[in-house]
Amino acid sequence: MRWIEIGNLNDIPRRGARCVSTPAGKVAVFRTGNDRIFAMEDHCPHKGGPLSQGIVHGAAVTCPLHNWVISLENGQAMGADEGSVQTIPVKCEGETLFISLDQLSGERAA
Amino acid sequence: MNGNGNNEMKEKLIIVGNGMAPGRMLEHLFEHAPDRYQVTIFNAEPRVNYDRIMLSPVLSGEKAFEEIVIHGDGWYIDHGITLYKGHKIVEIDREAKTVRSDHGVAESYDKLVIATGSVPFILPVPGNDMPGVLTYRDLDDVDAMILAAQSHAKAVVIGGGLLGLEAAAGLQLRGMDVTVLHLMPTLMERQLDPAAGYLLQRALEERGIKVKTKAETKAIIGKGKAEAVELADGSTIDADLVVMAAGIRPNAWLAKQAGLEMGRGIVVDHGMRTEDPDILAIGECAEVGGHTYGLVAPLYEMAKVAAAQLAGDTETAFVHSDTPTKLKVTGIDLFSIGDFADGDDREEIVLRDATAGVYKRLILKDNRIIGSVLYGETADGAWFNDLKKREVDVSEMRDTLIFGQAYQGSAPLDPMAAVAALPDDAEICGCNGVCKGKITGAIGSEGLKTLDHVRAHTKASASCGSCTGLVEQLIAATLGDAYKPNEIQPVCGCTELGHDEVRRLIKAKGLRTIPEVMQELEWKTSCGCAKCRPALNYYLVCDWPDEYADDYQSRFINERVHANIQKDGTYSVVPRMWGGVTNADQLRTIADVVDKYDIPTVKVTGGQRIDMLGIKKEDLPSVWGDLGKAGFVSGHAYAKGLRTVKTCVGTDWCRFGTQDSTGLGIRIEKFMWGSWTPAKVKMAVSGCPRNCAEATCKDVGVICTEAGFEIHFAGAAGLDIKGTEVLGHVETEDEAVEHIVALVQMYREQGHYLERIYKWVKRVGLDEVRQQIMEDHDKRIAFFDRFVFSQKFAQCDPWSERVSGKDKHEFKPMATLELEAAE
Ligand code: SRM
Ligand SMILES: Cc1cc2nc3c(=O)[nH]c(=O)nc-3n(C[C@H](O)[C@H](O)[C@H](O)COP(=O)(O)OP(=O)(O)OC[C@H]3O[C@@H](n4cnc5c(N)ncnc54)[C@H](O)[C@@H]3O)c2cc1C
Ligand code: SF4
Ligand code: FES
Repeated sequence: MRWIEIGNLNDIPRRGARCVSTPAGKVAVFRTGNDRIFAMEDHCPHKGGPLSQGIVHGAAVTCPLHNWVISLENGQAMGADEGSVQTIPVKCEGETLFISLDQLSGERAA
Repeated sequence: MNGNGNNEMKEKLIIVGNGMAPGRMLEHLFEHAPDRYQVTIFNAEPRVNYDRIMLSPVLSGEKAFEEIVIHGDGWYIDHGITLYKGHKIVEIDREAKTVRSDHGVAESYDKLVIATGSVPFILPVPGNDMPGVLTYRDLDDVDAMILAAQSHAKAVVIGGGLLGLEAAAGLQLRGMDVTVLHLMPTLMERQLDPAAGYLLQRALEERGIKVKTKAETKAIIGKGKAEAVELADGSTIDADLVVMAAGIRPNAWLAKQAGLEMGRGIVVDHGMRTEDPDILAIGECAEVGGHTYGLVAPLYEMAKVAAAQLAGDTETAFVHSDTPTKLKVTGIDLFSIGDFADGDDREEIVLRDATAGVYKRLILKDNRIIGSVLYGETADGAWFNDLKKREVDVSEMRDTLIFGQAYQGSAPLDPMAAVAALPDDAEICGCNGVCKGKITGAIGSEGLKTLDHVRAHTKASASCGSCTGLVEQLIAATLGDAYKPNEIQPVCGCTELGHDEVRRLIKAKGLRTIPEVMQELEWKTSCGCAKCRPALNYYLVCDWPDEYADDYQSRFINERVHANIQKDGTYSVVPRMWGGVTNADQLRTIADVVDKYDIPTVKVTGGQRIDMLGIKKEDLPSVWGDLGKAGFVSGHAYAKGLRTVKTCVGTDWCRFGTQDSTGLGIRIEKFMWGSWTPAKVKMAVSGCPRNCAEATCKDVGVICTEAGFEIHFAGAAGLDIKGTEVLGHVETEDEAVEHIVALVQMYREQGHYLERIYKWVKRVGLDEVRQQIMEDHDKRIAFFDRFVFSQKFAQCDPWSERVSGKDKHEFKPMATLELEAAE
């Protein structure tokens, strides 16, 4: 797996997210209240809302457009909604963050 | 029912004191003899009749004063009662049959009822009259305590009885460091045995209230105001506030002065009559059969008897009965009744469960319960009380008696079955003396369906509320599936609490951050959800404007980045155009910005300003920078806050205009912009009733007239269409601003998050809002002042803050990865 450095843990506010522009589309990187890091495509399975702009709670994010709740752990829509987002491997070494784009399909490449 | 008309014919009834006892007496009287008397009340307290028992929840912040009023002003009007608020009667002239108040008002009576209650006992120690020394009897005392508590300083409560402990718990919830001093070795020794007193002390200490027993107060010391309490053993305890709750004395001096017979209280016979046939006495000031009372149940009994007397029934007589004691401190359950002293002729049954903090003791004499003390688990109180009252021989069930009703008979009963099994004359509500049969009867005959209905019709659970659970079970048992408890809607799945409770508890417990709220109010999730976090953030912003650090991670994206997100992830930008007025410079700037950033759509909004749509997030700060140079600030088109104030051209141009509607609109917008509100607030000012600014479908609207300004509110034209209601009429522009600001602040403080004004008003009542804003001058000014204070922190342009670099991270990707990197 190829890891690409994207920045520092503290670039992302707790219970917040930032996005990373990649050739394969935008990636949302989340930091939870207890400093867990997750990454996934910045594209809601409902109508493509930018998940990086949502409210982060527990290990989930609520989409800003129509309030679907997406699990950060597996990218699945929670509750009654159905759909999933591609999650992306992310790791934190010290305070440095890396993602791997190996699995990204690139079908939404912009 | 109406007091108008042939008043000449009616007998004159004067009541001295407007407390709980006479309030109840009048209810009975109007039921039995509605037209017999013309009633006049003098009350030393400047207010209507309220539920004094519930002062403790007001002190702790769990209730507002408005929620404990028993008879609002309307009730007195409906019954033609003249109520002199703030008039203390200083003289009764029995010869002339008149009374005179300290303000010089004199009235004559045919019948007089004295109901002056009690006065707190003030310890005769040096320093007892210093500033900072309070008693605990009426709303003024509570207000003074709440004010003192704001300093979060030290309080000493003298007296470890019911009142003292409720005061201590309330002050502690308000953030004070509280010590209780009690003369006796254990707390509430008159109602609890030492074991239960000890458990109670431990529970209070666990909450952080210090308790010192065997503490004899010697003096209150300080320079010009209370600073410490000195004890007989020589020690001192620092105190910025001292509350004396060392007992009460019947307030009987007035009757004494009038030469009526005195014991500890005003001596009356079993018909509540004093020795003067035209004077009755009821309530805590009265002494009947050698007893005086300090709990409402017997006082309500007196009220019933006195009402019967006044209605001409001389047969009904007062009967003494014991009243159970309960402590109204949330989280502490205790119950005691009757006699629990040791004695050779007595036996006791005790159950202790140390881990669960449960202690139960029954005192028997001749196989009959004569007293019981329950701590930690009090569900069986009503049952034990019933066995005691009916003097049931308990030898058959002695072995299992202490385990409670559920363990009697073959199979254990669940709580519902247990209430169902109570006999019809079992007392459910101690305060109001309501038995089971009366409640089930009323449910059947009146078709009652909810707790509120039952309260309204039977008074059960309408006073101290500690039997609420029992009453609900009873309704459920009676109605079966038809019972839908009027349960509160929780804020979200993270809590059981509704918005009102959350708002109340934030203030009461002084909670100042979201994690603190979640911890203290036992949130079920670690960091909430997208529903509760924005709500909590708003409540904290509103309640602690100067202290709270806004949590942007708990705001919806639009409020976080101060623009409106669009369906494609771009944003729209709507600058303020005060009152919808613009000029060439502003328009030129907008045109330049549109060109420079290649903005795809420019549109005039329904709110009299211009919307630029389709802006990339990264461009937002520089777009705002350019707009800011021309003086534009954010229009908050995204905010749960003040949106637009639409205006029409008014006297400036229009041939019908009556006032400067444009000027007023601009003034309001400039005064109120930047404030956060529970949901959006839209306003409009129209220059005449032709109403071109559509003011009558706004959250707040003004219609100008020749005579002044008609203020409207509670309209909407979105998901629901609703015309406004009239709040009231004012004459000057200044008054209009003052009233509107106060109204919005009241809404800010009471609204549920996302609840527009019209929905909030539906919940609290139009009249309530009108009363507080139009009629209550002091309230209005207080609301106004609190709004002005919060604006000091809210009124800064979020756009220019971000142009200067605030929240930079929001507007830029964290990293931009190039093609080769991703290979
Ligand atoms: C731009 C505008 C439409 C227009 O092109 O004219 C507009 C646009 C939106 N309205 Fe509106 N409303 C606009 C005037 C109105 C009006 C008319 C008015 O204010 O006189 C109403 C009816 C009056 C009322 O509110 O009672 C109106 C009732 C709503 C509602 C229903 C609110 C309700 O409580 O029933 C929503 C939905 C909501 O807020 O949850 C809404 C929500 C929205 C949102 C914010 C939808 C959203 O959440 O993204 C739209 C954002 C567009 C954007 O990005 O700018 N908009 N919206 C108007 C902006 C006014 C302004 O200058 O700020
Ligand atoms: C904090 C607190 C908690 C309580 N908790 C409980 C409880 O849990 N359960 C319970 O059963 N009871 C409780 N009580 C006691 C209960 O409130 C009283 O028993 C009851 O209010 C007494 O009613 P009353 O009508 O006799 O007098 P009050 O309600 O005291 O009314 C007397 C009124 O007369 C006015 N007055 C006095 N002198 C004059 C005068 N000369 N001229 C005109 N007006 C005059 C006073 O200003 C006062 O407003 C509590 C009391 C307090 C203070
Ligand atoms: S009416 Fe308002 S919310 Fe609906 S589409 Fe138009 S702008 Fe959007
Ligand atoms: S696009 Fe995310 S919920 Fe609709």
